[in-house]
Amino acid sequence: MDEHLLMTESSIPYEIHIRKRRGLFTFDLSEIIRYKDLLLLLLYRDFSARYKQTILGPAWFVIQPVLTTLVFTIIFGRVAGISTEGVPGILFYLGGLLAWNYHATVLQATGNTFQQNLDLFGKVYFPRIIVPLAATISQLIGWFIQFLTFVVFYLYFVLFTDAGNTLTLGWNALLFPLCILQAGMIGLGTGFCLSALTAKYRDLQHMQTFIVQTWMYITPIVYPLSIIGDEWRWAALLNPMTMVVENLKHLLLGTGSFDLAGTGISIGLTLLLFIIGLTLYGKIERTFVDTV
Amino acid sequence: MTKPILEVINLGKRYRLGQLGARSLRDELSNLGKRLSGKSESERIATSDFWALRDISFEVRQGEVVGIIGKNGAGKSTLLKLLSRITEPTEGEAFIRGRVASLLEVGTGFHPELTGRNNIYLSGTILGMTRNEIRERFDEIVAFAGIEKHIDTPVKRYSSGMYVRLGFAVAAHLNSEILLVDEVLAVGDVVYRKQCIEKMKSLAREGRTIFFVSHQLDVLSNLCPRSIRLHKGKFMQDGATTDLVRDYLKKDENQKSSSVWEGLEGDDIAQVEKVRIITDGDINEHVNIDQAVEVEVTYRCLKPGSKLNASVIINNSLGSRILSSPNLPSAIANKDDWGYRDHPAGVYVSKMEIPANFLNDGLYTIDIALSTDASHTNAYLENVISFTVHDTGSMRKEFQHAWWGMIRPKMHWHTEKID
Repeated sequence: MDEHLLMTESSIPYEIHIRKRRGLFTFDLSEIIRYKDLLLLLLYRDFSARYKQTILGPAWFVIQPVLTTLVFTIIFGRVAGISTEGVPGILFYLGGLLAWNYHATVLQATGNTFQQNLDLFGKVYFPRIIVPLAATISQLIGWFIQFLTFVVFYLYFVLFTDAGNTLTLGWNALLFPLCILQAGMIGLGTGFCLSALTAKYRDLQHMQTFIVQTWMYITPIVYPLSIIGDEWRWAALLNPMTMVVENLKHLLLGTGSFDLAGTGISIGLTLLLFIIGLTLYGKIERTFVDTV
Repeated sequence: MTKPILEVINLGKRYRLGQLGARSLRDELSNLGKRLSGKSESERIATSDFWALRDISFEVRQGEVVGIIGKNGAGKSTLLKLLSRITEPTEGEAFIRGRVASLLEVGTGFHPELTGRNNIYLSGTILGMTRNEIRERFDEIVAFAGIEKHIDTPVKRYSSGMYVRLGFAVAAHLNSEILLVDEVLAVGDVVYRKQCIEKMKSLAREGRTIFFVSHQLDVLSNLCPRSIRLHKGKFMQDGATTDLVRDYLKKDENQKSSSVWEGLEGDDIAQVEKVRIITDGDINEHVNIDQAVEVEVTYRCLKPGSKLNASVIINNSLGSRILSSPNLPSAIANKDDWGYRDHPAGVYVSKMEIPANFLNDGLYTIDIALSTDASHTNAYLENVISFTVHDTGSMRKEFQHAWWGMIRPKMHWHTEKID
């Protein structure tokens, strides 16, 4: 009798309670952990399916930043003559893009999650956050290839040019992955917000490219933060990506100086954006299939 | 006593009709304009609310196989969506005590570029399994789908049959206590369907709880001892599937048998008064396959001089139209005195004969139409009567297995030895 009771309990490990959820924050971390295998398989799918159909495959991750850097060097370096703080222009731009491109690709990969996964979300339940999470992580593959490109150019300038004298790496350079983590969080947080808004207002998906472009020019990638005067510095700090790019360049290229207050504001804004995004995403995911 | 594995309490789902479809920001702004210009809140809600499901309560015990019966719009799919957590209920709640696998389509999450092997893992984890569980059942899944040779081929190169078989195989081997299934058996060929039904039966024998939605009444009666019937979003009946199917096919509560309908249906030109199924001079809802069947329509002409004709439409139990026959001079095999001719006011009886050895065995329902000038419909009676064709064995002296096809006429055959 007791044994029978035990068996029934063990064969039914948990109870699912279906009801209208209330409150703002409804994420269940233990459930996400239970679906970790799905995360892995989505990563695998993203990676293998994406490159099977392209001719150049992962080479795009080398070509794209190098071409962009070339354009920047000609237009902003040569033509406009904007300062790169004594660092070779190519390294200055590649370094800035190292943080920016990860942020931008995450934003683009996650910014329309609901519309893009309509069929799947309408047929089966799983924690919806797994999909943008997998997309965020899978962008790291492209980022890593871009990082290797940066390393190759860095070694070239150190070993074969005079610039080697000004380029020094301290131990604090090892902290640069934190900048990438923050760039990913800003990208994902914005992606959450855009997904939620696009699920409701479909025409917003056309805004995405515009947002990314504008955002790039207000972030100090082709120019150093120092050329913005003190009276406008506060405005630049409202953009959390500003300090991410500045700090990464400071750590890897030794430009500028570390601004503790600015970094604090940037981290605070990042967390705020991420939590707002997560909340909006969680609110929309509950019933968004009803509105399509 | 243990708690039921599935407990549904006053579950309800409301859709906002006016808001169906994702809106554009522009619409929203113009809506805001209307709102500001004085339309009251209550006025807008009253016109746009629609309860797809309301006040649904029932319990399912472990190991039960339960069917859901209901017409389109009865709320079957909505119920399944709520239980599989694809969307949230508006009111009420439900408890599911165990792992749920919902099978709302075959091949959920399949990616065309990936191989069969990778898709088994992808689809399996999307449906809630872990990689270890899939690895343990991998060979079983491949064998069930019968795709051993193509397991490393991208599924975009699969035939639709292979694709469907693989999709079902993954879902059927899920390690879950409760299986929610929607119309999955509607796709695929007869052999596949039979395989699916056998698999579901064996899952039920293992103590799995299955919740099954289908339009196919024969599959439901075959698979589910118990059913729940929904009607326009409301709970209607809960009981033995055979009883529910019988009631479901009855159009009118007062009618004595499913083979007779009496009433008045039509307009001021003409009306149908009675529809009957007649075999060998008797009213009978059970017909042998080697017996001819007559569908008899009694109608009244109210407006003298109308060019009236009756039509008979035969549907099988899956809802497919087997044939339709209007009593028009060019569309019938003989000569009829009244079809598409001027009718003096009065009552007429039209009979259409379905020959013996023509329909396959199974359940058939009949629609009746009455038309003027072969264009204006005076009355249309959907599923007004039904009858079952039974296999007598007269055509089965040699072949014993399932007989494919919607109809089963005896055909002419000629074989010659040419070499």
